[in-house]
Amino acid sequence: MDMLFSPHYVKAFFLVMDPYVLTVIFCSAVYGLFVGCIPGLTATLATALLVPITFFMPPVPAVAAIVTASAMAIFSSDIPGALLRIPGTPASAAYVDEAYALTRKGQPELALGAGLVFSVIGGLFGTLVMMAFAPTLADVALEFSSFEYFWLVCLGLAGAVFIGNASVLKAGISLVIGLLVACIGNENPAAYPRFSFGSSELAGGVDLIPMVVGMFAISEILRFVTSLEAPLHVAATKIGNVFGGMWKLTKKYKWPIVRGSALGTIIGIQPGSGPDMAAWMSYAMSKKFSKEPEKFGTGHVEGIIEAGASNNSSLAGAWIPAIVFGIPGDSITAIGISVLYLKGMNPGPTIFLKTPENIYAVFLVFVLANLIMLPLGWLAIKAATKVLLVPRRILMPTILLFCVVGAYAVNNTVFGIVLILVFGVLAYFMEEHGFPVAPAILGVVLGKMMEENFVNSMIKANGNPMAFFERPISAFLGVATLIILLWPVGAWLWKSKHAFR
Amino acid sequence: MKVNDILAGAVLLLLSIAILAYTRTLPNIPGQNIGPAAFPGLLAAILLGCSVALMARGWRARRAGPWVARMEWTRHFDQVRNFGLVCASLFFYSHFSEKLGYFICAFAVLGSLLASLRVRPALVVPLALGITLFIHTLFYKLLRVPLPWGLLERFAW
Repeated sequence: MDMLFSPHYVKAFFLVMDPYVLTVIFCSAVYGLFVGCIPGLTATLATALLVPITFFMPPVPAVAAIVTASAMAIFSSDIPGALLRIPGTPASAAYVDEAYALTRKGQPELALGAGLVFSVIGGLFGTLVMMAFAPTLADVALEFSSFEYFWLVCLGLAGAVFIGNASVLKAGISLVIGLLVACIGNENPAAYPRFSFGSSELAGGVDLIPMVVGMFAISEILRFVTSLEAPLHVAATKIGNVFGGMWKLTKKYKWPIVRGSALGTIIGIQPGSGPDMAAWMSYAMSKKFSKEPEKFGTGHVEGIIEAGASNNSSLAGAWIPAIVFGIPGDSITAIGISVLYLKGMNPGPTIFLKTPENIYAVFLVFVLANLIMLPLGWLAIKAATKVLLVPRRILMPTILLFCVVGAYAVNNTVFGIVLILVFGVLAYFMEEHGFPVAPAILGVVLGKMMEENFVNSMIKANGNPMAFFERPISAFLGVATLIILLWPVGAWLWKSKHAFR
Repeated sequence: MKVNDILAGAVLLLLSIAILAYTRTLPNIPGQNIGPAAFPGLLAAILLGCSVALMARGWRARRAGPWVARMEWTRHFDQVRNFGLVCASLFFYSHFSEKLGYFICAFAVLGSLLASLRVRPALVVPLALGITLFIHTLFYKLLRVPLPWGLLERFAW
């Protein structure tokens, strides 16, 4: 409790209560709800499109916009899931059939109400964990040297490759491509213009904004304009009281709510896994521990409650390693981190020493975003049947122009537009060939940090690689990373040995 | 155009070899035996290993599908036109916006895309104009991004 009354929190409170910041939070909440609600527009896309706008804001409102929009988009993606059986973002995919089954049974308000209320509870749970543990973890991280940071980045990237990807090999290739993109330009230990081929624009490196906008927005537009799917059909036109019976559900399913929130937070903290993984795992866990597992899949609300709490709590959880170590766990946090860097709020343990009020303000924004989700989410559900029918044929060209101008706005040069074209087409073809895009984004965000710590460590160690295992924490992290990296090789050897027998 | 893992791996293999060759031209940090080549060199070596593994995996599954396949949408003229138009729009805007200005380029891009996506003809011009003005107000007026006026410089407001 003392923590909440610390002078930093008081300062942070006034930073957040600024009318400008509150307006930004409100607008980005409405925006996040709108984008998340439209099938095909993901929470990552909502966040990516906001980055060019945050470019022009002071640090706290900029991060507030990202945090609020992503939390809202993750919740509101439940809406098309329940009404159309199309999850707005992958985070809702785990329980989309369950929610749609409830709608077919004439209870869309139950599916949507549970999604809303328990998203809020999960989000607040994750935020409280973040507020309690991030500063403590930062104290520990202050002792870290380049060796520990190198392994932490490796661990984060290994997680991104090994968790939740259909093909580990393709995810690994995508990651290496991202890391190689981060090598472009003269921001390297020798300040030598690498891979710039005489271009002054490339010598400055590839800006993250056009890359993110290209990979998430342009590729999505390309997917839409080439899609052969039939027009959407809304399954319900009338939605009753979404808050009806929620208190009863809270009492009945209190343990699933706590379990979903806790598991979601842990999965969020774990690098490389985000809200979608949290929702899948929590849904599976809910079914396993349920007293009525046979009802799952027939329009039973229990799984929606647990997984809905889980995906929103993981969002806050993912910010813990992002803020404390500067290592994001998924693409949304990677975008958030890039905004922190753009605004000079370089993430890492020292952020709690240099500008603590800013980071505490971010924590408070999480709380506020989750609280306003209740009334705004309710309005979004009420407006849903109209929003879902917003013609995407008009929306997509608008988004395209928005991307163009947003990419131009970064440096006021058209080079940004060339980059969104290149990365948009690249991401489109990568996904068509089964290469996930998220590891590439993480690679670009973490590439410079990884190289800097690698080269600094090598110089300190005089070229001796064993120095990476000499400090205790570094040795632990190094061994953990190697176990994850060598796991598939071990599993393959074990399998082939048994097959031989 | 969709290629199988053998061809995708081959492209990545060539890329990694090109990067490895390029990193050999990079100098070291003075007084150190490590330099700007170390990290991309290491990455290119990993990419090389991965691309060989991908090719090997593709080889084992070579009978599962064709080496090169057409994506389903490429058989439909509308979809091909849409895809081309999105890419052409970005190319057009990046090359001509400084000369022609934001308004002309944005209007042309929106108009052609809306028409290509089969929005009702009567709505195309008002929508293109409205969206152009909306984005201009947001970025030029509120965020103060100096969007070029180009040919319409005389009418700048």
